[in-house]
Amino acid sequence: MLRPKLKPVLAYLVLIVPSSLIILGFLWLLITSFSTRVEGLQSLGWTLNNWRFLWESPFGPQYPSIWAVTLNTLVMSLIMTLIVVVVSSLTGYALSRMKFPGRKGFLSLTLILHAFPSVTLLIPIYFVLLWIAKIPLIGRDVPLLGGFGYNTIGGVALVMVAFQLPFGIWIMKGFFDNISWDMERSALIDGASRFKVWWQIIMPNIKPGIAALSIFSFLTAWNAYLIPLTFTAGRAGKSAVLSLYLQNFISESVMTEWNAVAAVGLFQLVPVVLFFLFTQEALLNIYGGGKKGGV
Amino acid sequence: MKRRTEKIGERGKPPLPVLLGTRNIGFSRMRGQLAPYAFLSPTLILVTLFFFIPLVMVFILSFTKLDMTNFGILEWWKPVNWSLDNYVKIFTNRFLSRILGNTIMYVAVTLALFNVGMALVIALITTHIKRRTGFAFRTLWFLPRITPVVVYTMMWRALAGPAPMGVINKYFLVPLGIGGGEYLLHTHPWVFIFLVNGFIGASFGMILFASAIESIPKDYTIASKVDGATTWQTIRYVELPMIKWPLLFVTTYQTLSLLTSFEQIMLLTDGGPGLYQTEVWSLTAYHRALTSYFGNTQWGYGAAWSVVLVIIGVVMAVIYLRVFKFRELVEEPKIDQL
Repeated sequence: MLRPKLKPVLAYLVLIVPSSLIILGFLWLLITSFSTRVEGLQSLGWTLNNWRFLWESPFGPQYPSIWAVTLNTLVMSLIMTLIVVVVSSLTGYALSRMKFPGRKGFLSLTLILHAFPSVTLLIPIYFVLLWIAKIPLIGRDVPLLGGFGYNTIGGVALVMVAFQLPFGIWIMKGFFDNISWDMERSALIDGASRFKVWWQIIMPNIKPGIAALSIFSFLTAWNAYLIPLTFTAGRAGKSAVLSLYLQNFISESVMTEWNAVAAVGLFQLVPVVLFFLFTQEALLNIYGGGKKGGV
Repeated sequence: MKRRTEKIGERGKPPLPVLLGTRNIGFSRMRGQLAPYAFLSPTLILVTLFFFIPLVMVFILSFTKLDMTNFGILEWWKPVNWSLDNYVKIFTNRFLSRILGNTIMYVAVTLALFNVGMALVIALITTHIKRRTGFAFRTLWFLPRITPVVVYTMMWRALAGPAPMGVINKYFLVPLGIGGGEYLLHTHPWVFIFLVNGFIGASFGMILFASAIESIPKDYTIASKVDGATTWQTIRYVELPMIKWPLLFVTTYQTLSLLTSFEQIMLLTDGGPGLYQTEVWSLTAYHRALTSYFGNTQWGYGAAWSVVLVIIGVVMAVIYLRVFKFRELVEEPKIDQL
């Protein structure tokens, strides 16, 4: 506690003044989405009209509805989360529990990639995705995902998985390091395979780690803008996600209807905030895993 | 398998039947040696596809003139078509000094004021007030990071809006008689770039600092209070020296993040409002390579801009490995075979 009476007030001020900007921003979003016009935070008339995008496409019937776009976003986020969690825990397990030639090198590589700015590789990744698109079966025309190539939900998810992996591996390894290996050892002595041990004995024991990484990955995918923007062709096309749909709203109408945009923005934001508020304790666990090295 | 039986033997248990048949043991030993690589294979595939191949390609592309018009015609993989022209073009660009200056200013100011400065202030205050209140503030500061970036920048546009509409103008500047109620994003674009990025960036340091401060043993702070230190003295002479490593880590790590982040600037000003007024290095690379610029996307030229960042990235990543003693973190696993 700060002793003299003035200091706590001062400290609170330093904290509250910038914090108020965040609150003002969110308030504006909420008020605007239910108003015909606003001046500052003052509504000049309440309406539900801004929310009509929920039942009719604002760009015309040839464009996907908000629900199709939401489904895209959801599929992409879930696919990305699933792959990130499975792949990082496989690799994290091997790095934490096994001795093999190249282990040190692999671990250093993970750390370097974790710090490496992947955004700088967007240009060549574009070409890689074009190649994948040419591979039969997985390249394109996969139901729901579209495929794993350029301009598909799966392709975008895959790029995000790759960007998230070094972080995920690092976090999962931290969680594996923290659990005792007694059970694992007895299972191995009883003749269980490594894979069986990983799946049936270790995985159930690192549920907090899985939860933290899943939440983190899901939030990242749901909010992603740059990667979907770069690796899909049309902003309102078949593989559009919510961020692009919203951006499309802003730039392509003649007169941007800010109130409608605010409503769409809120539509994208609300699930995330609710999700975050309910899971934040599990999420903040993520910083427990790799505390030693920073994140 | 052989190692396993030996070790169990050492522990005083009867050795498992070693005579089970040598062929069988050889097979399982091979399988045992391959197991780690089976666990690693998905990562290896993804890392090869999205890090190694692109890393090599970005270097090759940067020496070529590949763009949308000659795509499929130019054989960019042949050394005959390689030249240093793109680099010459970058270093003779008359906006180079402005872009470079912008980049340095953007990274330095955002880092100092928010990603480290504000993060430290929030962490220190929220760990010295009531636990619940502190936690509420930290949650609030986490919101910018989890808000979809398009929605987030839209909120800031509304805050910066011109006189009757804009929140800041209406409630702060106009009543105080500051400015003429213009669109603040046009009159002070940099202030908002710092704010928009800083509010996202602050939460990273905030979480790390707060947990570092909370893990300082209470004995130290109590001892300093017993000796009559003020709160400020406790912070200055006890707490700050003890979070030296997180401080250094956040500073270097966020330098690299800021250097390569341009999403927010792209959505907020897109390098404007004036000519290259807020254009930073990474945004230039993106603009040249992947946005339709005069109907032409210059992949080769854009790649050359990113190569400079790639080199900085690799160098800094290697420095992390050395400075932050990551060697300790790659120590041998506690167990392997039994």
